[in-house]
This record gives sequence, C-alpha cells and structure tokens, in this order.
Amino acid sequence: MRREDTPEEAAFRQEVRSWLEANAELRSEQLAAPLDHSPEAEARAWEAMKVWQRTKYEGGWAAITWPEAYGGRGGTPIQQMIFNEEQSNFDVPIGFIAASLGMIGPALMRYGSEDQKKYLPAMLRGDEVWCQLFSEPEAGSDLAAVRTRGHVEGDELVINGQKVWTTSANFADKGFIVLRTNPDVPKHDGISFALIDMNQPGVEVRPLVTMRGDRHFNEVFLTDVRTPLDHVVNGIDCGWPVTTFTLMNEGAFIGMTVNSLTTATAMIDSARETGRLEEGVVRQRLGEAYARERVLKQLQDRIKASLLDGRAPDVDGSVLKILTSEWGHERAVTATWLQGAAGMLTGADAPGMGVWQDQVLARGSMAVGGGTLEVHRNGLGERALRLPKEPRFDRDKPFKDLKTSG
Amino acid sequence: MPLEIQEFNLSEERLEFRDTLRRFFEESSPITEVRRVMEGDSTGFAPDLWKVASEELGLAGIAISEDLGGQGFGLKELSIALGEVGRSLAPIPLFASAALAGRVVAAVGGEDADAFLRSIAEGEAATLAWVEAHGDWDPAAVRMEIAEQGAEIRLTGEKQFVVGAHAARRFFVIAREPGSHCDEGMGLFSVEANAEGVAIDAKESFDLTQPLATLRLDGALAKRVGHQGEAAPGIRIGLDEATALLTAEMVGGMQKVLETAVDYAAERHQFSRPIGSFQAIKHKCADLLIDFEGSRTAADAAVMASAEGDPERSLLASVAKSHVGPAGLRMATESGQIQGGVGYTWEYDAHLYYRRALASAVMLGDETMHQERLARLVASRRLEGAAQ
Ligand SMILES: Cc1cc2nc3c(=O)[nH]c(=O)nc-3n(C[C@H](O)[C@H](O)[C@H](O)COP(=O)(O)OP(=O)(O)OC[C@H]3O[C@@H](n4cnc5c(N)ncnc54)[C@H](O)[C@@H]3O)c2cc1C
Repeated sequence: MRREDTPEEAAFRQEVRSWLEANAELRSEQLAAPLDHSPEAEARAWEAMKVWQRTKYEGGWAAITWPEAYGGRGGTPIQQMIFNEEQSNFDVPIGFIAASLGMIGPALMRYGSEDQKKYLPAMLRGDEVWCQLFSEPEAGSDLAAVRTRGHVEGDELVINGQKVWTTSANFADKGFIVLRTNPDVPKHDGISFALIDMNQPGVEVRPLVTMRGDRHFNEVFLTDVRTPLDHVVNGIDCGWPVTTFTLMNEGAFIGMTVNSLTTATAMIDSARETGRLEEGVVRQRLGEAYARERVLKQLQDRIKASLLDGRAPDVDGSVLKILTSEWGHERAVTATWLQGAAGMLTGADAPGMGVWQDQVLARGSMAVGGGTLEVHRNGLGERALRLPKEPRFDRDKPFKDLKTSG
Repeated sequence: MPLEIQEFNLSEERLEFRDTLRRFFEESSPITEVRRVMEGDSTGFAPDLWKVASEELGLAGIAISEDLGGQGFGLKELSIALGEVGRSLAPIPLFASAALAGRVVAAVGGEDADAFLRSIAEGEAATLAWVEAHGDWDPAAVRMEIAEQGAEIRLTGEKQFVVGAHAARRFFVIAREPGSHCDEGMGLFSVEANAEGVAIDAKESFDLTQPLATLRLDGALAKRVGHQGEAAPGIRIGLDEATALLTAEMVGGMQKVLETAVDYAAERHQFSRPIGSFQAIKHKCADLLIDFEGSRTAADAAVMASAEGDPERSLLASVAKSHVGPAGLRMATESGQIQGGVGYTWEYDAHLYYRRALASAVMLGDETMHQERLARLVASRRLEGAAQ
C-alpha cells in the first residue's frame, strides 16, 4: 500500500518540489486575517487563481496527464499524484479552475471534435475558465429533466432557459451546458451537450449568496443565446453520455486535498494549549476525529495504489465523497464545541479567526454539490452492491408528458 | 448472484491462501458445527478442528519462523487466517494463541521464548492473561505481584476476561515485582495449565462462540519470560500487534455480515419487489459498505505497520481499533434489521455475529480508550516535533 517512490518518482518529486519552492509560499499554520467573502476579495481570489494556473502552465505542470498536443505534459497519473501531494504543502489558490478543467477537459478529449479540442490549451493556461451549466430549478439530482431548450436555426443552436447553482458563472468566460433539444422522446434521448460563450448578450448572471456569505454560485438566465452547431459535443440529442462522463470526473476530484488549518491535529494542538486535553471527553472526541482523518487518508492511498498499478480504483468514489463530507462536517462541529462559549462567535472574534465556523457552514458544498449524499448512497447500493433499482416512471414516456414540481 | 467482495492489497499467493482457508472452514467448521460446540459445553473449543488447523494447515505457527517449527510467514498471513476465523466463527484459539500469546512472547523475547514459540507453533495452544477485576486493558494497571521463594516464582490471584482459556495448555500471565508501579517492574510469566494451584472458571459470556474465563491462581508455579525489569516494551509491542490482528479478525466477520445483508436485500420480496429496491434498505446497505471499506482499510494499514515494524505501529493500531469496533457493531445491528423477524431469531446467525461484534469492540480496549490514546500520542508527537 504505502510504498516508497521509485528512483524516477523520487527525482520527479524533487523536481516538483524545487519548482514549487521557487514559485510559491509554504502554507502557514495560522490564518492572518478572517476569511473575506466580500465581492472584492472574491474577485482578487479569482485573479490569483488565474495567475497561479498560468504559472503552472508555463512551468509545464498545468495538467500532467494530458497529451502535450493539448498543452499537457504527457505524464502519468502517478506523476499527477506526486504533484498534488507536493502542491498541498504550499499556499496556492487552487480550486475552481482545477475542478472545472478536470471535468470538461477529459470530456472534450473523449467526445470532442478536433475543433472543439482547440479550446484545451487556453483552458489550461487559465485564459478561458469554464463553468458547468447543468442544474436547473426543476433539474437537480434528476439532471436528465433539464428544460432549457435548444433549437437549431441554420448552423446555430439557439438557447433559452434558466440554469442555477452555477459555480463561478459570474467570472467564467465559457460554459458547457446541458440542454433539451427534443421533448417528444424519453428524457435521456432528447438531451444535447454544448459549449457556449458566456460573454454575449442574452447571458444574464445573478450571483446567489450561500449561507457562508460567499457568492459561490449563480443563477444564469439564457435568452436567445447562440452557439455554432459545431459546438455541440457528440451530436444533437446525444448529450447524455457526455454529461454522465463529466459527472464521473467531477467525483474524481473530491477529497484529495487537505487544508492543514482544519485538521484534527490542529484541534489537538489547540486543546493542548488551552489545557482541555486533560479532559477525557475531549481526548475521545479529538481521538475520533484524528482516527477518521487517518482512515480517510488510508482510503485515498488505496485509490492511489490502484492508479499506480493501472487498475480501476478498488474503493467506490462515493465512499470517499460521503465520508469526506460527513466526517468533515462533524469535525468542524467538534472544533466549535471545543471552543466552548467562544464557539458562538465568528470571524475575527472567534478562536482561529473563525475558520472552523466557516467550515461548519460549508457543509452543503460537499453534502449537496456534486451530487447529494442520498444520491451517492443510491449509487453505492445500485452500482457497488448491485441492488435492484427503484421502479421508475420516467424512462419510456416522452419528456413533455412527465410530472414536475410546478 | 451472491455479492462477492473483492479483496484488496492481496498478492495472488495470499489470495490463494485465503481461498484455501475459506474452503477449509466452510467444510470443516460450518455454522452447524460452530453451534454444536457452542451448545455443547462452555469451553468454546473444538479440539479436533484445532488439531487439523494447526498440524495440517500450520495455522498455529503461521507467523513463527521455520527454525522454530512455524511456517515462516508474517503478520499479514496471520491476519488473513484470523479474518477467516472471524468470518466462520470457528471455535479455535487462533487469536488467543498465535496473536495474543504468540506476539507478546515473541516481542518480550529472552532465552525461553524460542521454546515457547516452538510449542505454540506445534499447536499447543497458549493465551495471555493480564486483565484484572478492574477491567483495565492497560498492562500498567496490573496489580498481581509475584512471590519469590528462592529460585521459584509463584503467582496468586485472579485474571479476568481470558480468551481461549479452555484450549490453553499454557498461560502467559502479566504480573509485577512487589511494590513496583506502571511499566517498571512489569513482567511476563508462564504458567502451565495443568500445574497445581491453577483453576479455570468459565464465565457466562455474551459472545457465545468465544466464551471468556477467569484464571484463578493459588501459589501456582511460574517461570519468568525475558529479563527481569525489561519486559514492558515487548509487552506493549505485542499488545499493539495483537490489537491490529484483532481488527483483521473483526473485519472477516464484518464481510460476512455485509454479504448476508446485501444478499438478503436482493432476494427477499415484499410489496412485489426486492426489499433492496426500497431506499431505506438500500441506504442501510450503502452504510454497511462504507463502514466495511473504512474498517478493512484501517485494519490492513495497522497490520502492515506491525508487520513492517513501522514507528507508527501503536498509533495505527489505535486508529484501527477505535474505528473498527463501533463500525462492526453498527454493521451487525443494521444487518440484523435488514433481515427483519428472522434476523431476531435464535436460529438465524445474525445474533452470533452481533455478539462477536460487541465483545470484540471491547476486547483490548474499546473506542474511547483508543481515542484517548490517539489524542495523547498525537499531542506528544507534536511536542517532540516542536522541541526539535
Ligand atoms: C456548492 C454547490 C456548487 C454547485 N455547483 C454547481 C455547478 O457548478 N453547476 C451545476 O450545474 N450545478 C451545481 N450545483 C448544483 C448541484 O449539483 C445540485 O444542487 C444537486 O445535484 C442537488 O440538486 P437540487 O439542489 O435541485 O436538490 P434536489 O435534487 O431537489 O434534492 C433535494 C433533496 O431530495 C433528495 N433527493 C432527490 N432525488 C433523490 C433520490 N432519487 N433519492 C433520494 N433522495 C433524493 C436530495 O438528496 C436532497 O436531499 C452546485 C451545488 C452546490 C451546493
């Protein structure tokens, strides 16, 4: 399981580390100021993320496993893993860009035309950032229920409808969108997957504020938005396989980075400093948080080990997603509990600049975003354990005849 | 088609070994046999099965070197064998003899250790007796003191919660020098089961397939293992290794519990559909899988750390034990629930696994003990890190 680097891997790791040392700062163990969720701060963070992406691109590290033809390094999954491990020790703004290109990149490489693949290098450079226009008010877990319409007009697709929960749509340059192009056939058979330009009239983006206070996601209203027909991926009405493929890749990103500020070890440190480690119940709860963190790491190591052997991961990704989400939230609640009465405060007035309070509120990003916990449990039951599916009423009828909330 | 769980981190040889053992226990110790022993007497021991398992399969000495009559494999192989015992609930003292006594004796060492290990490898079962009436698993809490008369050492008092007592030909007893405290003066002593002043009291045990006993010593003749005043570190290493191995045994049972529940959910129909298509049941099954995956991963990491003498051995043993105990109990509980009324009967095996899960969660320290140990270990490691 845990194995030493081979000499080549060790050399590669050293190369990565030297490059990171020259281009980034090590992570610090303390927040200097409370997390800032103002729009100005978010815009600055977005710029910083683009700069880091570009820096990585210029160093040849933006996407290690992608072919060189698309701006990648033509390297191995193991090398990507080593890079991620080393990068996690540095204070670098990763996040949305990495997640986004991890979804759309592989989908274009697999299903895209040669013209569509021309978007890949700009994506890697961070020059064009892509947002995921999937969810709608009436299509969340049931993504195949999308209603946003696409009509063919000449050699263009004309799009009308509404998307919601679109992460970073307020900053994004491009979007990949799931549309209904044929309502007269069963739901999965009338869906198309298209690439659109976000900077055009008819795309109206309205930020939504999350319970954390940030503007993580947006509503996106689309009125006569146009995109060339050759920007439809895999052909009209053939978008569902592309959609499920990108969702699979979304899962692969989950749970792979650790923020050292919010670890069980950081909790044990602070309990030691405040003297509360003398209490048995404190040791028990922190010991539990620590054990979970190690178990999660061991599960990740198992996935890595299968990658190293060139096998399909032998732990279902949903196991990791569920544990990362549930244990992460419980750990944050334990951390605020450990603060006693001060746990009722937040921001600069709370211990540790309120980083734990922020984590408590971040629950939904993992428990809902990227598929809800319930949907992932369905997946474990049906995919990993091969239990029978629930009876369904929406498979064979034309989409336009199906029941909805409204 | 029954659910088949894929193993991980097993080479082809080890997988073959596992298959052989699985077949062996299915044929030689089906659950009907386990129940026959369970209902027969209070020893929890099938001598004939143990004879075959230790003499023909060599399980008793699997992790003991070949020059001592063992198989010369390591802790990973022993953990695989224990997993199959946990799965079949076979009434043999593999854990008590090979894991508990065997690992502690091997780690304490000394002149006589080789002879003791040789007899363990030959199938002369042994066990470790250390916990006293206070129920503290920490060997530092041992109060029994040795009495030295000339060259002879004698032991008097009671050791509780002894596993595999009726099968044991020899007990390894933790006792201390008179007036000593904690690790200082802690020692390991061997006592022959048939010696004068040795009595075994069977206890009515929650875990019907692995009953516990009290060992009563009344001036029993004992022999020191290892060197005076130097036993504590070995005892602690041996107990950590046994803890890791116990989690592997527990995971073997958990796999059976998972398979039973999922197979039942796929087959049992109500309302004209398999109950596994109801989300309430499907999500329970998903949670069984989540608990199982975390547990077997943690158990494997703990066993590998022990096998490799990793400095994180103690820490990873506690990670595994604190995690696997409650997970195993949850799994056994929910698996029984998924089986409805039949899951509540004496006749169905659900309760046998439930009983084992509860007892094993306590054995060698429950989750709170290991969580506390983890918090202390991490804190002191951080302090050392800061001091450097
Ligand atoms: C932080 C964040 C970022 C996001 N970013 C994006 C993005 O960039 N692009 C994008 O397209 N979307 C994004 N989403 C949307 C996300 O994918 C959806 O919120 C999610 O799929 C759930 O859909 P919903 O909100 O409509 O809830 P619903 O699907 O209506 O679910 C409501 C409740 O019903 C339960 N439920 C629904 N169906 C089932 C079922 N079959 N079985 C059991 N329970 C069920 C759910 O588990 C949930 O508890 C984001 C969401 C969040 C929270």
